[in-house]
Amino acid sequence: MTATLERPDGTVAAPKRPPRWWLLLGKDKMAAVAAVVLGLVLLTALAGPLLLGDAATRQDLDASLRPPSFDHGITGLLGTDILGRSVLARLVEAAGTTLSVAMPAVLFSLVVGSAIGMWAGYHGGRRENIAMRVADVILSFPSLLLAVVVLYVFTPSVANIVFILALARIPIYLRTARAEAAELKSRLFVDAARTFGTASWPTIYRHILPIAMPTLLTVATLDFCFVMLSESSLSFLGIGIQPPDVSWGLMVAQGRQFLQTAWWIAVLPGVAIVLTTVSATILAAWVRLATDPAQRWRLTLPTSKRGKRRVTTEVTA
Amino acid sequence: MNPLPSTATAEPDARTAEPALAVEHLSVDVHTASGTVRAVHDVSFSVHKGRTLALLGESGCGKSMTALSIVGLLEPVAEVVGGSVKAGGTDVLTLSRRARRKLAGPVLSIVFQDALAALNPVQPVGRQLGEPFRIHHGLSRREAREKAIELMRIVGIPEPRARARSYPHQFSGGMRQRLLIAMAVALAPDVLLADEPTTALDVTVQAQIMRLLRDLRAERDMAVVLITHDLAVVAEHADDVVIMYAGNVVETGPVREVFAKPRHPYTKGLLDSVPERAEKGKPLPAVGGSPPELSAVPPGCVFQARCPLARERCADERPRLTATGPARAAACHFSEELTSV
Amino acid sequence: MTTFLRKRIVSSAIPLVVVVLGVFILARLTGNPVDLYLPLSATAEQRAAFSAEHGFDQPILVQLWDYLGQVVQLDFGESLRTGQPAAEMVLEAFPATLQLAAVTMLIAIVGAVLIGSLAAYRPNSLADRTSSFLSMTAASIPDFWFAIMGVLVFGVSLGILPTSGVTGGPEVWVLPIATLLIRPFGVLVQVVRGSMVAALSAPYVKVARGKGASEKRVVFGHALRNATMPVLTVAGDLTIGLVNGAVVVETIFGWPGIGKLMIDSILQRDFAVLQAAVLLTAVTIFLLNILIDVCYALLDARVRQAVPA
Repeated sequence: MTATLERPDGTVAAPKRPPRWWLLLGKDKMAAVAAVVLGLVLLTALAGPLLLGDAATRQDLDASLRPPSFDHGITGLLGTDILGRSVLARLVEAAGTTLSVAMPAVLFSLVVGSAIGMWAGYHGGRRENIAMRVADVILSFPSLLLAVVVLYVFTPSVANIVFILALARIPIYLRTARAEAAELKSRLFVDAARTFGTASWPTIYRHILPIAMPTLLTVATLDFCFVMLSESSLSFLGIGIQPPDVSWGLMVAQGRQFLQTAWWIAVLPGVAIVLTTVSATILAAWVRLATDPAQRWRLTLPTSKRGKRRVTTEVTA
Repeated sequence: MNPLPSTATAEPDARTAEPALAVEHLSVDVHTASGTVRAVHDVSFSVHKGRTLALLGESGCGKSMTALSIVGLLEPVAEVVGGSVKAGGTDVLTLSRRARRKLAGPVLSIVFQDALAALNPVQPVGRQLGEPFRIHHGLSRREAREKAIELMRIVGIPEPRARARSYPHQFSGGMRQRLLIAMAVALAPDVLLADEPTTALDVTVQAQIMRLLRDLRAERDMAVVLITHDLAVVAEHADDVVIMYAGNVVETGPVREVFAKPRHPYTKGLLDSVPERAEKGKPLPAVGGSPPELSAVPPGCVFQARCPLARERCADERPRLTATGPARAAACHFSEELTSV
Repeated sequence: MTTFLRKRIVSSAIPLVVVVLGVFILARLTGNPVDLYLPLSATAEQRAAFSAEHGFDQPILVQLWDYLGQVVQLDFGESLRTGQPAAEMVLEAFPATLQLAAVTMLIAIVGAVLIGSLAAYRPNSLADRTSSFLSMTAASIPDFWFAIMGVLVFGVSLGILPTSGVTGGPEVWVLPIATLLIRPFGVLVQVVRGSMVAALSAPYVKVARGKGASEKRVVFGHALRNATMPVLTVAGDLTIGLVNGAVVVETIFGWPGIGKLMIDSILQRDFAVLQAAVLLTAVTIFLLNILIDVCYALLDARVRQAVPA
């Protein structure tokens, strides 16, 4: 009846290979800087303590509350605290603590939340309902308050902090993964797999996970900030990392009473937190663009063209 | 011989006066990741009040881009780089944004393809239909509402007064398309552009919508530009046709003449692929291959890669649109050869 | 509409109940407050009497049952610390937090809608990139550190703003609100921008422009309302998160609100006050969720008619 000119095979144009991710990263200067900052933080946390030895715990009451200067070698670069400990060395030490809380917590909630979410979304029905209700319950209460109560009950060890922070963030991944799985399960390729009798977990692993992964990773990058901030808040309130361990949040708390005499003790760890979390946020925004085929082109445009709008309409008669 | 392609026909009541819409040498560039491509190249056509002109072509040939540049709704990545669009004698491309907004509705209006997406999901349809009156005539909400109900009645929505309060998702696809058309013709525009107005609908509804468009055209004395890839729709509803390929006009003229005696191998290929024309027992002929990517349009004739008549000359020299009859033109070096076919 | 609301009320009530029960049980797990409130020299009889008086010698389920019975009669018990009725203490502290939270969210939403829309109007323009960077930074700054920096700069160095307390003119509000504001504001700007970009590129916006609508009409009449839905959801979550911020802010600035009260009662094992505070917070969050659902339904007819699973 109707003759149409749409191309019969429905193809648009020969798909070009998407550009390599590091080339894309190079095009976005902010994201590139963010990636470098995060890399440096990681490197510092891993290698720093080896280079600085026991400088973080070495006390020297003669050197108490020295302001940042170049006169006392590398350990005195960022000043000292009330006990004469090097702030720089403590910052490096704290980087390790902070990451050793944030990374396992993010990883744990990512794995558990995604698994439950995809399982719930794939099966639907009552399983989905129960999972979502549980997620609602966890999310409907201020996470910091729950953490305070729980850590007060079970003593604030690193393992407990990781556990409670992970628990509080599981619903985020659960919801995201469920939404993706619920959407994908009705697609043909998943249906096909099911028709051939593939069991649910292999189907989820092979067909749903690869597609949901970019979104989940973006969420995880953003969540890294949230977990870091929660840990530092808890430490600041005195129910997170406990001395003699040290984390950036704890350092801010310890420096608070010297605010008028030794600003660097409280200010510098905060700067470290901000640098790390801002970098993670920027990188997350970039990952979201770079993993979305419909948006990726934005990254390849030269900056001057990006903001350009219709030109001819501006011309006044 | 007429050197310029003109769609003004020799019909007795043809308004020899100015056309309602005259597009001349329109070119549009699109800025993409891999560089700037020419999506519309030197397109010219005109249409008079009370007539329908079809822009026919495959998806990606630049027909929608042409329509969007006429109404000034191009995406920011696209840019008009040359030509003029005269509506009622003034070149709208040179107008300020504000002056151009004044024309949107009373002079130029457009109907889109996907009616569900084109209607605002959170506003009752009555309010959306009344909006042109509020914008251009400064009517009150109540007055605009009455106008909207009247419009809904005209396009055949049952119980318009009650339905004006409903939301787009509460209407069927055909009804939504009617609403969209009603909104576009609200201010009786001189020119109505319809971008694939029936593609999303099933065949019976398609016919109803096309009939509605035709009735409205007559009643409101509009010039209609119908953008489509559907040969049957063109044959049945258009007076003139402009056939586009890879951003270029390849043939133009009155539908009846063009379809009876195509003067461009592309037009001929299209017509041959229509099932009704095919010979029984033989495979349905099709235009082999696919259009060039816009970033790799060859220097010579745009159609050369798929053309059965292609020769050396086609690779070097792009054929100009040349008159092939009183109101016809084709862009082919060898259009004469097709006459005998 | 009523079916929709009824369903939402039921499903929002579940978390409310679970949280209240959870906190009751968790609080009991923190140990018997006897040790904290009676001197080390107290005799076994004194300890037993104290436990019996407050019901701590009963099995946890019995305590729970008694507690629920009292709650139904609006009796929330008395503070172990002060002997004051818990309900009274909580209700005294609540308005201070509520005012703080309300003003903060109002500023955050209005500001984010303006700035986010402006940024979305020209994606990737200089204004857009600047506001994106600033909002990302704002959302990633630890609030306690921001508060301390505020104290350092405006309180200690410049001496123009008070560093704690609620007595005095409007200037006492500045630092607490600024601290509470940064995170929700930063997050909301990004959400508004994202959903405005999506709404502005929707076909119905093109249609509106095709009707000759002014840019103001396009942005505020057509796009904004569609962009509001995701913003509303996130704003709800952020308001819940505001309680987190309130704990920090109230601790730092000595603001006598419910966040400080909760932290204090946890540290003092003042169960009655903690439970009353948690209950009130949970009820507030419950009401907030219902309010958001109503807004949703008012904004979008599709929500009204669809019956959620």
